[in-house]
Amino acid sequence: MDKVQNNKAWFLVLPVLVVVAFSAVLPLMTVVNYATNDTFGNNQFFWAGLEWFEEMVTSSRLHDALGRQILFSGIILAIEVPLGIYIALNMPKKGAWASLCLVLMALPLLIPFNVVGTIWQIFGRVDIGLLGRTLAALGVDYNYTNDPVDAWATVVVMDVWHWTSLVALLCYAGLQSIPQAYYQAARIDQASRWAVFRYIELPKMKGVLLIAVLLRFMDSFMIYTEPFVVTGGGPGNATTFLSIDLVKMAVGQFDLGPAAAFSLMYFLVILLVSWVFYTVMTSLDRQEGR
Amino acid sequence: MARITLSNLAHSYLPNPASPADFALKQMDHVWQDGGAYALLGSSGCGKTTLLNIISGLVRPSQGRVLFGDRDVTDAETAARNIAQVFQFPVVYDTMTVRQNLAFPLRNRGKDAAYIKARVDQIAAMIGMEAILDRRAQGLTADAKQKISLGRGMVREDVNAILFDEPLTVIDPHMKWELRTQLKSLHREFGHTMIYVTHDQTEALTFADKVVVMSEGTVVQLGTPEELFETPAHTFVGYFIGSPGMNLLDASIAGTCARLAGAELALARDYGTPQGRTQIGIRPEYVTLTEGTGLPFALTRVEDVGRHRIVRGTVEGQPVNVVVPEGQALGAHLTHVSFAAERINVYADDWRIEGGAA
Repeated sequence: MDKVQNNKAWFLVLPVLVVVAFSAVLPLMTVVNYATNDTFGNNQFFWAGLEWFEEMVTSSRLHDALGRQILFSGIILAIEVPLGIYIALNMPKKGAWASLCLVLMALPLLIPFNVVGTIWQIFGRVDIGLLGRTLAALGVDYNYTNDPVDAWATVVVMDVWHWTSLVALLCYAGLQSIPQAYYQAARIDQASRWAVFRYIELPKMKGVLLIAVLLRFMDSFMIYTEPFVVTGGGPGNATTFLSIDLVKMAVGQFDLGPAAAFSLMYFLVILLVSWVFYTVMTSLDRQEGR
Repeated sequence: MARITLSNLAHSYLPNPASPADFALKQMDHVWQDGGAYALLGSSGCGKTTLLNIISGLVRPSQGRVLFGDRDVTDAETAARNIAQVFQFPVVYDTMTVRQNLAFPLRNRGKDAAYIKARVDQIAAMIGMEAILDRRAQGLTADAKQKISLGRGMVREDVNAILFDEPLTVIDPHMKWELRTQLKSLHREFGHTMIYVTHDQTEALTFADKVVVMSEGTVVQLGTPEELFETPAHTFVGYFIGSPGMNLLDASIAGTCARLAGAELALARDYGTPQGRTQIGIRPEYVTLTEGTGLPFALTRVEDVGRHRIVRGTVEGQPVNVVVPEGQALGAHLTHVSFAAERINVYADDWRIEGGAA
């Protein structure tokens, strides 16, 4: 049978191309454009090549922000993943309490980021905040506005409060899919609580846990609104993470060239790390299947 | 190992059972002799699995006691009862190898490594898995996984009983027969008490010395396969066992005479005048087609099942099946059926009644 060649069919793809061009390709190319040009104002640009990239790669300001960012993501993953699993394991499996728990757990996830920030900003204030006042009354020297450690603690606890639910809910879904017979067999086999977790629950949760870790990593690595509302990146630069620094550079200082180069590298780093994560974890999965 | 006694036992999954219908298991007293091979037979949902889970301690009965030997274990944990149980669907620990799976119950009980290795090798040989002992259990087929589950059930030597909950459902027919034979030889070798739940009568009758038939939460009969066939204690046993099941005909009984709608039938024994709904039961194997003696028979259908034929028809409007052995000719001249008098059982309200001398 002869195939009918009809090149007009290409026009059917056009709408998608237009949408993608305007929503992704053109904005990205604008950033690329800024990253490779310099200006002295007056909307006159001249070619700068890779100069901004070189400057950014060697910038200690960016290095520091990246270091803080990695530390932050590391800390919140180290807390939220085990805590989420622990909560999921201890949530009621059925009945009215299970529904209530699910609703309560979902609540923090529904609150807009800047509202979360505002809640904690007020909550932690030493003059009017419940947390700040209480700690002060207990004699704890807590002030997130001028103590870097307190600022970090506040931001970390806030993130744990906001996002542990996500990990817990995903794990809970994984746990619910385990047939009762597995637990019964474990009782027959006299397995310890730890063995039940290690050999039944954890393997069954692995798939959702991978997704949870990936989501939490990406989100925490891009975090902006909540710490910005609480600490504004301070005291000093103590909680200035990559996004906060980027916005400072682009909007505050109006250094469009370096900021554009910065954001391209930022994007590539997230892409790279997520890819590494995914590849490592799926290949682990495949090895186990062998 | 121990005798297992169920005393005054009943179970309901509802917190406040009101009527007998709320009970998954109705009140029963039952003794499983030490070293017996029992089959627990019944249709789906009759309480077989509940009974098994009560014995293994996965379910706590709402009333009554469970005794192992003289020890009351009603409140004892599953682990403390030292019971093995194999479930209907394969349960394997995915991340472990086959060897680790088989060794798991022994490791948890702190047996020494040399013993575990010897025992695992022995079980692996029995279920035919020596070659893949060091493979991960995850990628295996369903029947391989179920064999691991069976192996895990049998790996401990000192168990009080091994309970099988329809373990061969997912296994293919050829392997089913082989595994059942192995279970049987294992039973002969080690003498564990084995309770085998199934709804397949062939499986029950080939595996067990004693068959327990359950219906709607009640044990209706405990007996040898032969007893179940010849003298079913309940009409349920009559039609559940046998293929086709027992013919049951409504009849009024007076002494040694059973009266069907328009015909009379002599009985071998004297049954007096039983009350309630009375029926006579006769196995299709004990019905013969005749040219004129016995009761008039209206034939509706003949099924050839290979070794014999099943002739289906009616006597006085009630269905009757006849098993006709190979080689016997069928024809229009066979208009009547005769029942072997000494094989007729009489039932009042579904329960068999014992007749006196005629």
